[in-house]
Amino acid sequence: MNIYKKELAMKFKSVASWVNPIFILMLAFMSLYPSFSAEASLLDEALANMPPELLAAFGMTGIDLSTVAGYVGFIFLFVQICLAIQASNYGFGLVSIEERELTADFLLAKPVSRTQIMTGKLLAALTALTITNLAVWASTLLVINLFNAGNEYQTGSFIILLLSILPFQLFFLAVGLLISLLVKRVRSVTPLSMALAFGMYLLVAFGGMLGKDSLELISPFRHFDSNYILSHSAFETPLVVINIAVSVLALVGSYILYKRRNIRSAN
Amino acid sequence: MSVIEVSHLTKYYGKARGIIDVSFNVEEGEIYGFIGPNGAGKSTTIRLFLSLIYPSSGQAKIFGKDCIQFGPEIRQEIGYLPSEVFYYEGMKVLDLLKYSASFYKKDSTERMLDLADTMELDLKRRIDDLSYGNKKKVAIVQGLLHQPKLIILDEPTSGLDPLMQKKFFNLIKEENQRGATVFFSSHILSEVQRICNRVAIIKEGSIINIQDIKSLQKDNYKKIRVTAKNLEANSFSLPGINNLQQENNTLNFFYKGDLNMILKAISAYDILDLSIEEPTLEEIFMHYYE
Repeated sequence: MNIYKKELAMKFKSVASWVNPIFILMLAFMSLYPSFSAEASLLDEALANMPPELLAAFGMTGIDLSTVAGYVGFIFLFVQICLAIQASNYGFGLVSIEERELTADFLLAKPVSRTQIMTGKLLAALTALTITNLAVWASTLLVINLFNAGNEYQTGSFIILLLSILPFQLFFLAVGLLISLLVKRVRSVTPLSMALAFGMYLLVAFGGMLGKDSLELISPFRHFDSNYILSHSAFETPLVVINIAVSVLALVGSYILYKRRNIRSAN
Repeated sequence: MSVIEVSHLTKYYGKARGIIDVSFNVEEGEIYGFIGPNGAGKSTTIRLFLSLIYPSSGQAKIFGKDCIQFGPEIRQEIGYLPSEVFYYEGMKVLDLLKYSASFYKKDSTERMLDLADTMELDLKRRIDDLSYGNKKKVAIVQGLLHQPKLIILDEPTSGLDPLMQKKFFNLIKEENQRGATVFFSSHILSEVQRICNRVAIIKEGSIINIQDIKSLQKDNYKKIRVTAKNLEANSFSLPGINNLQQENNTLNFFYKGDLNMILKAISAYDILDLSIEEPTLEEIFMHYYE
């Protein structure tokens, strides 16, 4: 419990530093929507002239940017990239930070087991992600409300999209954590997080361009494709199962690896 | 009763040597020195005690219980001062000490404030802003605030000024008189001699000697350097002289035995300069344990 409290207290700044830009990003994009939708025919014409590979790379095949759902589905991709980097950051840094800052010698010499340490830290990270999650819910519903330009939309399908954030982030948290324990030493977290988040995104983007969908099956960007969710008002159940299975396996593996890990001294 | 029992403890990092077949016991109430040059395996041994790392083979028991199996339980009664200083970003000294205290069953607030006062530690400052020496003090207070039965010190004095070192040694002696057993790792022979009852010497991963401090001092070589007119190396043929080297009018050698004898031999000459020193640990290893 003391570990949870301390870890959470140390994450508040980080949560704010993710939530604010995400809100500003949504607000900025969404404020353009009324003028977009007013000139819908021009826009559709422009899109029709673009190469289909480019559209596929941005997940824009078969979507209509003039509708609220189509437009939000498009900008949600950028939100997802932010959320993926944030969750990866927490995953890669969760226990590796102790070795980098030499605090492992402090913490692990206390009368706690490695399992307790990991659980305390994981719960703190999950709480931080939940706070982020709630803020994204509020931002999304607010900007849709403000800038829907009088067009129709189904709140229900947005709720389903927002529900995807939790498993989406859990995937990056768990996989980042697992990788951090598979390597000898994590020197810097951010480059790894960027690589994991963009790597997963690129799998889907290239998959779309090349028309191959086998690789993208491991990517959360495919598991929780915002356009699919918004146009069908549903998840693709098999993909969600893959996503959750990978996350659970990564978490279990992380516990096992951390319990066995040799914490080497700095020198 | 043995507080620490180490039997055939071995640790390899991949192929790299950590420690090999280390065995020794530390008795209750002892201040036990653990000495060796850097890289000899001192920290490895300590990290095995705390199950920061796991042994390749062999076993270490603390309070009669296996270090790995009963790790969290054993660590209730261990106070550990790591060799490297650490900090959590943005944390104040007081927050860190409270956090440290929160892991133990007993209420340590009073002892914590006491120790901080003794070590002249400013509780309100952020740890990141502290000097190396002050960070070291934070480590000392967090390691002792729960009045542990076993205190493990890994190179504790580096970065402390002599005055603070003295205070620190007094603190350790007090804790020892209160009943705490102390395991003191260092590469500085003099500080181990100053405080310890027994000492184990480790070299290249293996224990090469375990001795009483008294007999170690009695056995100890002195490093002597004499500069005098018309020196003759031959006249220094006393038993106990070792590694005699002459350079013009200067003689360098190690001597073990009655100091009066050697002083008589030296005083036969017209002395220009004389120094009698403790050999460094490396010199002891090189000459004493050849």
